[in-house]
Amino acid sequence: MGVGIDVENLNAWYGSTHTLQDISLNIPANHATALIGPSGCGKSTFVRCLNRMHETNPIARATGVVKMGDVDIYEDANPVEIRRRVGMVFQRPNPFPTMSIYDNVASGLKLNGFRNRAILDETVERSLRAAALWDEVKDELKKKSGASLSGGQQQRMCIARALAVDPEVLLMDEPASALDPVSTSKIEDLIFELKRQYTIVIVTHNMQQAARVAENTGFFLNGKMVEFDSTHKIFTNPKDKRTEDYITGRFG
Amino acid sequence: MAANPLHTPPPPQDTTIFKAPVDRPSRRVRMNRARRYVWNHAVTALSVLSTIVVIAPLVAILAYLIYKGASSLNLGFFTHIPAPVGEPGGGMANAIVGSGIVLALASLMGIPIGIAAGVYLAEFGRGKLLASAVRFTADVLNGVPSIVMGIAAWVVLVKGRGFSALAGGVALAIMMIPTITRTTEEMLATVPHAIREAAYGLGVPKWRTVLSVTLKTASPGIITGCMLAFARVAGETAPLIFTAFGNQFWSFNLTEPIAALPLQIYVYAISPYDEWHRLAWAGSLVLIVMIMAAVTLVRIYANRGVLKGAS
Repeated sequence: MGVGIDVENLNAWYGSTHTLQDISLNIPANHATALIGPSGCGKSTFVRCLNRMHETNPIARATGVVKMGDVDIYEDANPVEIRRRVGMVFQRPNPFPTMSIYDNVASGLKLNGFRNRAILDETVERSLRAAALWDEVKDELKKKSGASLSGGQQQRMCIARALAVDPEVLLMDEPASALDPVSTSKIEDLIFELKRQYTIVIVTHNMQQAARVAENTGFFLNGKMVEFDSTHKIFTNPKDKRTEDYITGRFG
Repeated sequence: MAANPLHTPPPPQDTTIFKAPVDRPSRRVRMNRARRYVWNHAVTALSVLSTIVVIAPLVAILAYLIYKGASSLNLGFFTHIPAPVGEPGGGMANAIVGSGIVLALASLMGIPIGIAAGVYLAEFGRGKLLASAVRFTADVLNGVPSIVMGIAAWVVLVKGRGFSALAGGVALAIMMIPTITRTTEEMLATVPHAIREAAYGLGVPKWRTVLSVTLKTASPGIITGCMLAFARVAGETAPLIFTAFGNQFWSFNLTEPIAALPLQIYVYAISPYDEWHRLAWAGSLVLIVMIMAAVTLVRIYANRGVLKGAS
């Protein structure tokens, strides 16, 4: 099951650039939360702070409290463990080019030293089914390279790979922006299914997409969170003038 | 129907006569096209010519070696040790095996150290002073003449201890390391950051990511680097003169002098005997064929695990 995330006064820097300023919000469990805003507004940095990927960049730094359930991820746990509990799907599909489809999906377990064949087989099938890719690839799981799939298939494989380590939260950083409309709608259908079991945070440039998949939406601008509310409210009756300007296409 | 002006049928056309296009391109356009045509073919011809210039010496050398050396090749060449002067027959069996031993020692030491140093430079040493120092040293080491390397190895490893196969292996390993280190570093740098992030995002620790993801993704290039380094030292003579020394008899003791093909070729080639000259040609042919075979085998083996559609 998913777990909620409480963020309090999160600040993040790249070198001397203050990319996130005092972000506080409450991401409810088993819901999809969308983050919108123009490029460079800090929404990607924000999700990267939720699984401590932000700090893999040597010049990056973050302060504040991020609580996943009862665990303060910056205080009580090491980053590697956090990343097993918080899965991530990136903007561009990033399969491991040397691995088969099967090994790509199993990689999270295998690279962490898990070897039980029967459980691996079962996990790979369950994850690929959950990512709606099983029927398309089941005959060539071990023969075909993950990199040989189409872009949309690769992205669903990357989702399956993230699901295989059984996370509680799934972060998606513009998961469909490099995909065609058909693949995009498949990914959106998938998000609908997945939020029953996982807490989903999705960064998107596509406001229709936010409206379609997310219960709550946050609007980011210049490193600050301008507004956070139910998606319906944000798109029909935003409190802040800047949110209104953005969603009506007056800028950004 | 006919009332609609948009639907007027096209006028009947004479389809039997070919008509040239009405608009003949302007002179400027025609000149442009002609120039591009000429340039395109000129550059293509140039690159074909360059390829031939590159390949020709290799083919010429191989052909000459076969012409000079093939007649002296027989079973005895591969099974016998050198015969004393004046006696017919004799072979280079001990030198072939000796070369194999020295090169295996060199690879066992040089490849792991070279790759490990490359991994340090690419993955852990970014921006660090030590990394710059290692990089600089590797580049300088790459340019050190092999005879100097031989003398250095002699001072450190041989003086007071005696010539040995082990010293030969170390000298060649030191020659392999810079090439392997720099290619490993460069190949690792070509692995997209997104692939590392994919592994980090799955909760894979950095050391594991480097071993199982980054190195594996870069492995075709790294293997090529190792093969280049191997092929380069396989024919080295100068460092071996001061270390392995050579041996007219069988030796499997790593602390004793050992025969090696390049050494044997050198000794035979500068001797005054025609029979030995012929054997030197045959030895050269065998050496080149062995290097080619080793490189080809590694390539075939390395390509075997590649999956359908992998890039």
